[in-house]
Amino acid sequence: MFGGNLLVNFGSVVAVILFGIGFSNLLLQKNLIKKILGLNIMDTAVYLFLAEKGYIDGRVAPIVVDGVQDVTAYINPVPSGLVLTGIVVSVSVTAIMLSLTIRLYRRYHTLDLDEISTRLKKEGL
Amino acid sequence: MKNNRFARWFYGEDDTLIDKVEMKPQKERTPPERQVRRLMQEHERLHEHIYEDDNRKLWLFDKIYRIASVLFCLTFISILLVTVSWLPPSGSANNPGSNEVSARYIEKGLQETGAVNIVTGMILDYRAFDTFGESNVLYVATCAVLILLRLDHDEKRKPGDLTRSEAESNDRIYEPKNDMILQKVAGFLVPLIMIFGIYVILNGHLSPGGGFSGGAIIGAGLILYLNAFGFAKTERFFTEKTYKWVCFFALTFYCLAKSYSFFTGANHLESGIPLGTPGAILSSGLILPLNICVGLVVACTMYAFYALFRKGGF
Repeated sequence: MFGGNLLVNFGSVVAVILFGIGFSNLLLQKNLIKKILGLNIMDTAVYLFLAEKGYIDGRVAPIVVDGVQDVTAYINPVPSGLVLTGIVVSVSVTAIMLSLTIRLYRRYHTLDLDEISTRLKKEGL
Repeated sequence: MKNNRFARWFYGEDDTLIDKVEMKPQKERTPPERQVRRLMQEHERLHEHIYEDDNRKLWLFDKIYRIASVLFCLTFISILLVTVSWLPPSGSANNPGSNEVSARYIEKGLQETGAVNIVTGMILDYRAFDTFGESNVLYVATCAVLILLRLDHDEKRKPGDLTRSEAESNDRIYEPKNDMILQKVAGFLVPLIMIFGIYVILNGHLSPGGGFSGGAIIGAGLILYLNAFGFAKTERFFTEKTYKWVCFFALTFYCLAKSYSFFTGANHLESGIPLGTPGAILSSGLILPLNICVGLVVACTMYAFYALFRKGGF
């Protein structure tokens, strides 16, 4: 069932496990802030996966030094740009989620999702 | 020996902070007792209603949900692990990710964009439209947070909302105002942080860094300044109006500059923008001004997020 590259790809393995930890946090925590932390752990796992996929053994970061413009000298620059996009989007999404949490807290004085939904039901919404 | 100030402070004979640091008296707000009791009762009733055994169905659902989600996560992780074990070995040069696209960026990037840093050349020249989208995402996120968290100055408010003045007075309950240590350190550190951020932005095409990281550094410097000296000092140079105009001009300039270069590029016209000598600070055509635009947007966004979360306004 398992292919032969599990140990060579240990960076991806760590990223996948981190992703799973973040996802279970998202599902199991009742506290809204901890759910957001879980989503951020998932983001981090994706950055790790992308950075690990872009790396090539023995090569340096893609900044031209001494005019060397050989493909065999530098790592893949595309995943680095993708990680940048991911970071920006995750910052924005985290900010919006945290502000929604603040609104909920101001109204219900709790961060517990069960309590919030019970109150919502009681209010008939 | 016992007469100097340090020794007196050390032996607890007098507190040097008194009269030097403006402390807000740490008096907690005491709401009326009936209201507290009502809130506590409601809280307990809800808590029982949710979690106690008499709510059998919810309890059962909770257990099943927990077991199902743990099982789901484990299955998910193992599926992904099996996939990872079949992926091409990481670190090898023949991965499908390192295809002709990245080869082209590395081999021709310096000549076509003029940027020594290939990643900057990629995100601000070949894929500048994507970066424009990112800057707009930051701007739209600030707008959404502003809609959600903005507090009004005036007293006509909805029930349950704070006003700006209440938020300002709540702001300093648990920490001293005008902390001398923080102010001394900030007075020394903030200029250095700002200069470092400007350096990172201006050297974005020559070294690691660029608009996003430099903007985040400058934003951190602004937040430190705000923490040390308070809103009254930062509002002398950074208000909502500043934010609006800086973001507007940065995004508009980005849009117009890139529209021009896309138009000329798509119609095979000469753009007339000199690329300069690679490695010089004034080189690589539009990348430097675009980096400055992105850096301004990011710095303003960082500061705006902090101010909105803390006070509900700039």
